[in-house]
Amino acid sequence: MSSSSHQQASHRRSAATLAWRQYRLERKLFWRNPSAAFFNLMLPLLLLLLFGAVFAGNKKYVDVIVPGIAGMGVMASTFSALAFNLTFLREQGVLKRVRGTPMPPASYLSGLLANAVTNAVIQITVVILVARFGFGVGWPKNWIELGIFLAVGVTTFGALGVAFSHAIPNFDAAPAYVNAIFLPVIFISGVFYDTQTAPAFLKEIAQILPLTHLIDGLSAAMVSGKAVSTQLGSLAVLLAWGAVGGVLAVRGFSWDERGN
Amino acid sequence: MPSVSSSDTAIEVIDLHKSYGETEAVSGLSFEVRRGEVFGLLGPNGAGKTTTVEILEGYRSRTSGTVTVLGLDPEGRPRDLRERVGIVLQNSALYANLTVREALSHFASLYPAPRNVDETIALVGLEGKEDGRSRTLSGGQRRRLDLALALIGDPDLVFLDEPTTGFDPQARRAAWETIRSLRALGTTIVLTTHYLDEAQELADRVAIIKDGRVVAEGTPQDIGGATAHQARVSWTDEYGAKQEIETDMPTKLLHEITGTALAAGRELTSLKVSRPSLEDIYLDLTMEEPGDE
Repeated sequence: MSSSSHQQASHRRSAATLAWRQYRLERKLFWRNPSAAFFNLMLPLLLLLLFGAVFAGNKKYVDVIVPGIAGMGVMASTFSALAFNLTFLREQGVLKRVRGTPMPPASYLSGLLANAVTNAVIQITVVILVARFGFGVGWPKNWIELGIFLAVGVTTFGALGVAFSHAIPNFDAAPAYVNAIFLPVIFISGVFYDTQTAPAFLKEIAQILPLTHLIDGLSAAMVSGKAVSTQLGSLAVLLAWGAVGGVLAVRGFSWDERGN
Repeated sequence: MPSVSSSDTAIEVIDLHKSYGETEAVSGLSFEVRRGEVFGLLGPNGAGKTTTVEILEGYRSRTSGTVTVLGLDPEGRPRDLRERVGIVLQNSALYANLTVREALSHFASLYPAPRNVDETIALVGLEGKEDGRSRTLSGGQRRRLDLALALIGDPDLVFLDEPTTGFDPQARRAAWETIRSLRALGTTIVLTTHYLDEAQELADRVAIIKDGRVVAEGTPQDIGGATAHQARVSWTDEYGAKQEIETDMPTKLLHEITGTALAAGRELTSLKVSRPSLEDIYLDLTMEEPGDE
């Protein structure tokens, strides 16, 4: 077995290959945990169907709820899922184990992030299809704009999710911590109603939150067809949140269980 | 790949210090592990064992001192080193929804020259469980999978942290066999354990750590110095009192005692010659001052 040490460099896989392998593994694991897969993919769909059914025929409302649920799906599959999963992986010692292998940390985290992004894309796709065929909403007006806001949205909420996982003390506390952020944010950011009709103080808070701006962007891309150039303010707010999240995500990252 | 170290040394630790704020967990620790040996690291909880091992594994940085593992400094976790070191962690979780074979295949792909998956499964004794998901394994089987994951990269050096904690006696024997087979394959093994019989069975050499320092280092047979290994001759005398004498020359002493007893026509009940076990020496070295723990 000592001969193995003489042939290492030649068989070493690239960081990109290892990231791809990690991504494939995460996809496999995602589908092997059916309850998680169900909630991840079906919750937005369920909400869309419920609200859509209640307000069927009210085109104005359906136009609000479709981008709203799409934005919520992005946040759930990136921010909530990553905050949740990283807390679990850290507590279970999976992160520590990975760190003891030759896997480059960047490859590992890329695999995890790409997995979350895939779920976000699946959710948006489901929302678009249900809106189109279930409620007669048209196809998104501006696919490029949709792509831009989706890309910026998953990056921002992914970074915030990783950063937020540092604040969660242990896995038992994770659902409470995640929901304490997620539920108020989806409410205030206007997932279920038009923020223009909200009381002034909520409207002001909403203007600070990234999800409001993601929904505005998605709404422009999917419903109104307003050009990207009219949404630069929203993009700027999202990117600012993403930058803060990115710095905090990297700074606070811990591979080991808390208390060590 | 240049030969990293031509010497026989796998690990060299010189005057290692590690402080957490005011507290010094490791204070001037030195020892050496030779290539191909099983090295036992013993000591009470809080002695600095885990800190030391985690510095060797690259999980922690040190405050000062020199540490060389397979010719490299583990701080900063160089990939060259991670490719050649296997780590068995305590309580480390596996991917519950992967099968044994899938987990091993995935981890194998991280190494440049991994061990064959089936060979590894056989080495740890998980035959027949290859296609079972990790969540269906028993506690002992999970520990074996932990071990298999540490061995899949075909490492030159393996860190085993409490490898048999919670095992029943049979599983323990099986784990010992695995460790012996690894040693036979030329793998260097650093074994941390609470079980002194385990160290005595498996280790070529041991170091006993107390208060962040090595208080004794040597083979399980010689550790603690010659006086620690003096033979003890004990018997019950004609008045029913227990007698015990420590000696370097048990043959001579026995001859004298039995000669006297024979001449007087007495029987020496409970006559016994014993040598202290590693456990006796360990307790002696680590619990000198009562209430010190």
